[in-house]
Amino acid sequence: MVQVVSLEEAISKVQNGMTIMVGGFIGCGAPDQLLDAVSQKGIKELTLIANDTGILGDAMSQLIVKRCVSKLIATHIGTNKETGRQMTEGELEVKLVPQGTLVEQIRAAGAGLGGILTPTGIGTIVEEGKQKFVANGTEYLLELPLGANVALLKAYKADKAGNLVYHRAARNFNPIMAMAVDFVIAQVDQIVEVGEIDPDEVMTPGIFIDYLVQKQPREVSDVG
Amino acid sequence: MLDKEARMEWLVNRVAQEFKSGDVVNLGIGIPTKVANALPEGIKLILQSENGYLGVGPAPETGKEDPDTVNAGGQYATILPGGCCFDSAMSFAIIRGGHVDATVLGALQVDEEGNLANWMIPGKIVPGMGGAMDLVVGARRVIVAMEHTAKNGGLKVLKKCTLPLTASKQVNLIITDMGVMEVTSKGLILRELAPGVSFEEVQACTEASLIRQE
Repeated sequence: MVQVVSLEEAISKVQNGMTIMVGGFIGCGAPDQLLDAVSQKGIKELTLIANDTGILGDAMSQLIVKRCVSKLIATHIGTNKETGRQMTEGELEVKLVPQGTLVEQIRAAGAGLGGILTPTGIGTIVEEGKQKFVANGTEYLLELPLGANVALLKAYKADKAGNLVYHRAARNFNPIMAMAVDFVIAQVDQIVEVGEIDPDEVMTPGIFIDYLVQKQPREVSDVG
Repeated sequence: MLDKEARMEWLVNRVAQEFKSGDVVNLGIGIPTKVANALPEGIKLILQSENGYLGVGPAPETGKEDPDTVNAGGQYATILPGGCCFDSAMSFAIIRGGHVDATVLGALQVDEEGNLANWMIPGKIVPGMGGAMDLVVGARRVIVAMEHTAKNGGLKVLKKCTLPLTASKQVNLIITDMGVMEVTSKGLILRELAPGVSFEEVQACTEASLIRQE
């Protein structure tokens, strides 16, 4: 059953050593206030699964800067130099994954699939240590499902049944991650009554969501 | 030979001639992005952005930026009327599933077998592959658009890539500021020369053996 909770209560679900997924693409669609709360609380030893680690200075980047993360699975870290530095110094374990593979691994975990076969990565270092299959004359890599304990997501609108609507390019990984974890916390710009979102407009069914957190107005808006 | 600026302009305009109206195209960052502004009159493409929409429009006017509408490089963008938004699984189904007619990307190295290296230099630059590996594998045509040689003069069109590959044997066409090369089973055929450039001049800047257009 979905609950509307405070930021503090929501973040109590994120604990040291957990594997978490965070929606967003270079900050767009990332739940900035949830991320600020995690990094300010000083949670440690997280395994982070996300497209990227934000732009140095934004809420996402602070998970890395404040050393909340010991292992990272991502597609691109070029916009946050601190991630590259920690990786090079051996302080952070980083696994880089093609973006289309990462999203399908997450989808597989949520959809009850044993893995996916993809041609992406064949003939590159991505194929190292992975099983290959040939189907209809084409070579594929077996990529295994990727789940997590908690997902931190951002949506534009939710009803109190947890049904989510995203805005523009802020959708990205959010609806896929919602399916692949034990517990989903969504930061939402606007929470409306049940019935106020047309069923045809729902992008993530409310059954996937556990906690909704209303985004708080800020004195200074942090765009980008 | 034209000066540098004119040669780059020739390159961008030449890439822009590779499309027909209605093509779904994904443009990489840098030189490829400029192609959108150089399309011949009447040619309208449907540009895809890997972070989740079709119908990429021009950069927004100052004051009209929407933090929820950014391009694959994280810069503010717009979505044209008729465009649509989707999640990352749909975006990469479009990319990997062969629904993108062409992608235009830069390269660190490309070779005569159509291998492409554009995502890392071990020990130096390791930003991650993002969506590049899926794009190169999935797009129907892969066009490399780049300066023919590196800034330090190093060769980029090689017999065999030495950097870690983005994808194996996927490049179809290489367009540089010196000419247009097609990847074929026989090797690289030099289809066109940039104005004022000779076959010998291109060959001198290319490790792979170029085949003359018949």
